[in-house]
Amino acid sequence: MGAVATSEQAAGAWTGDVVLRVVDLVKHFPIRRGLIQSLRGGPVPAVRAVDGISFDVRKGEIFGVVGESGCGKTTMGRTILRLIEPQSGHIFFEGRDLLALPSNEMKRLRRKMQIVFQDPYESMNPRLNVYRIISEPLRIQGVVKDGHEAVDLVSQALVDVEMTPPEEYIYRYPHELSGGQRQRIAVARALVLNPDFIVADEPVSMLDVSIRGEILNLMLRLAKEKGVTFVYITHDLATARHICDRIGVMYLGKMVEEGNTEDIVKFPLHPYTRALLNAVLIPDPSKRGLQSVMAGEVPNPVNPPSGCRLHPRCPVMKGICREKEPEIIEREGGHKVACHFA
Amino acid sequence: MALLEVKDLKMYYRTLRGQVKAVDCVSFEIEKGKALGIAGESGCGKSSMAITVLRLLPSNGHILGGEVRMDGLDLLSMSEEAFRKAIRWSRISMIFQGAMNALNPVHRVGNQIVEAILTHEDVSRQEAVERARRLLDMVGISPRRFNDYPHEFSGGMKQRAIIAMALACNPDLVIADEPTTALDVMVQAQVLRAIQDLREKLALSMMLITHDLSVIAQTCDDVAIMYAGKIVEYGTATEVYKKPLHPYSMGLVSAFPNIAAEKSPVRSVPGFPPNLVSPPEGCRFHPRCPLADDKCKTEEPASVEVGGNHHSVACHKVDVTAGGIDIWVQ
Repeated sequence: MGAVATSEQAAGAWTGDVVLRVVDLVKHFPIRRGLIQSLRGGPVPAVRAVDGISFDVRKGEIFGVVGESGCGKTTMGRTILRLIEPQSGHIFFEGRDLLALPSNEMKRLRRKMQIVFQDPYESMNPRLNVYRIISEPLRIQGVVKDGHEAVDLVSQALVDVEMTPPEEYIYRYPHELSGGQRQRIAVARALVLNPDFIVADEPVSMLDVSIRGEILNLMLRLAKEKGVTFVYITHDLATARHICDRIGVMYLGKMVEEGNTEDIVKFPLHPYTRALLNAVLIPDPSKRGLQSVMAGEVPNPVNPPSGCRLHPRCPVMKGICREKEPEIIEREGGHKVACHFA
Repeated sequence: MALLEVKDLKMYYRTLRGQVKAVDCVSFEIEKGKALGIAGESGCGKSSMAITVLRLLPSNGHILGGEVRMDGLDLLSMSEEAFRKAIRWSRISMIFQGAMNALNPVHRVGNQIVEAILTHEDVSRQEAVERARRLLDMVGISPRRFNDYPHEFSGGMKQRAIIAMALACNPDLVIADEPTTALDVMVQAQVLRAIQDLREKLALSMMLITHDLSVIAQTCDDVAIMYAGKIVEYGTATEVYKKPLHPYSMGLVSAFPNIAAEKSPVRSVPGFPPNLVSPPEGCRFHPRCPLADDKCKTEEPASVEVGGNHHSVACHKVDVTAGGIDIWVQ
C-alpha cells in the first residue's frame, strides 16, 4: 500500500466491495514557537499525529483501529471525515477522492458519512431535547423543511437503537437520560440520515461495563443487518475483538499491524500488539496475567524515536530497530506487519 | 478476627426530594492482607460506602445504623478528633476516584506527599521528605521527579503519585475507588500491577471499588456485588465468577468480552439502576430481572449462604439460577 503514490494508481487498484480507502494519510499539527526560536529558523516542529497511514475498509465491515491514547487514532478518525484537513494523502469514499471534492459536494456526501463521539455527556447540547438533537442533521442536510416532518424519521431512528416506545423518549432532555441511553441517542443521531459509513470514536469507553454490551451489540446488528460500514476506534482490544471483522493496530501515528480479528488476537506478529493483548484484563480470577506488562508510555509525537518508533519500549529490540524504520509488509491472508523481527 | 468488619451499615443522604438510601444494611469483612472487590454500576452506593467507612461524609450524609469495626475497635462512635489522629490515613487511607484531578496543580508533587505525612504524624520535615522520596521510588517514579508539578506528570504517573500518597502513613487498609477508570489499557495494567506488587510487599489489605469485574478478577480475593445500596452477592472472586447466583451478577459476569476465551456473545443488563429515594418494593432488582415473579415484587429477599465458603446471595430464585442456565439470552 505504501507504494501507491498517485490518485490515479490508487483509484486503479479499486475493487468492488471496498467502501473506504485511505492512502498515505498524513496530519501534522504545527507547534507555535516563541519569537527567538522562530528567528533562529529551522523546520517548524509539529505533532506528527497521523504519519502515513493506509488501509481499506469493505462494505458492511467493522474495522477496528486500536492503540493507546496519543497514538493518533482519534485524529485519524476525524481526518477521514474531513473534520480535520490532512497535509497529504488520499481518502477515497465509494471511489471518489474526498480531498479533491469542493465543499458543497463534500457537504452532500456527509449525509452518507457520520460520526459517534466518545463522551455522551459532552457531545450533546443540554438545551435541546432528544427530538431536536436527532433531527438536527435532517435540517442541516435539508432533508426536511420544518420541524414536524421529521417526527417519523426521528421515531424510526429511536426504534433502530432500541429506545422504544419512541414517544417516551422523544421530548426528554439529555439530563433525563442515563449514560447508555445518551450514547444510544448519539448513535441515533448518526443513523437518522441513513448513512453508509460511521466512524465510532471510543463509543463505549465512558460507559459502565454493564451497558457497554448494548452499544456494541447495536453496532454489530447495524453492520450485519443494514450493511452499515464502521471504523471503530478504541484502546480496548477485548471489545474490538468482539465486534470487528478486521483490526489495525496504531502506534505513534503509524499502523504497525493489520489483519483479520482472530489472526490479530490469536497470532499477533508485532511486539506492540502482543503488549496490548497482555494488558487486556481477563475477567477470570483463575487467569491472572499482569506479569508481563510493557513498561513506559507513548513517547512525545513531536520527536518520535528514530527507526522503529517502538524501539525504546520494545522487548525484542536489536540494533537495526534504532536505525531503520520497518515497512508494513503483507504476510499471508492479508495479515500485515511493520517489524524487522516479526 | 477480621481487620475490618462492617455490619448492617446504613447511610442515607437527606435531600429536598427525600432520603437517598445510598447504603442500606450492608455487611462484609476484610481479613488482614486480603483484598475485597466491590462491584456495581454507577449510582449503586459503592463510593458512598467507602466514604462512610472513612467518615468523610458530606453534611447531608447520615449514618443511621450499623457498625464499622477495625480490629474490634468501633470506628463510628469515636470522636472526629480521635478518628483523624488514630485511624484516617494512618490505618485506613484512600485512593480517590478521578485521581488525575486529585493532586493540587500549584504544589510540587513531592511536597503534597510530605504534607500528608506531616498532617498525620509527628515527624521532622526532613524525615517526611525522605519517606516521600522512598514512596515515589516504591511506586516506580524516580525520586528526581520530587520537585515536579502535577502537569509535568503523565496520567499514569499522577495515579502512581496518588497511590504513594495513600501509602504515606503506612496504613493497614487502602480503599481504592475506581483506581484505573479513565486510564488507558496499558497504563491501567501497569497501575494494577504496581498495586499488586505493593500489596504483597507491604501485606496491605485493600477494598477496591469498580464497575469493571475484570479489574476485580485480576486483583481481589473476595468480591461483593452491590445493587441499589445493597450487597446482592458475596463470595470468593473465583466462586462468584465461575458460578454467579444472583441474576445481576450473572449479567455483569457475561457483560465483558473475555479475550482469553473463544468468542462468545456479550450480554448487557437492560434498564438502569433505580432512584434510591424510592427504590422498588421487594427485591430492588425486580424491574430489570428476567426471573421476577410476584414474590420478588413484594418480599425483600434475605441474604442466604449457599454451599459454604461464605458464598451468599440475596435472591428468591436461587434454585433457578443455580441450575446454570443462561438467563440473559437476548
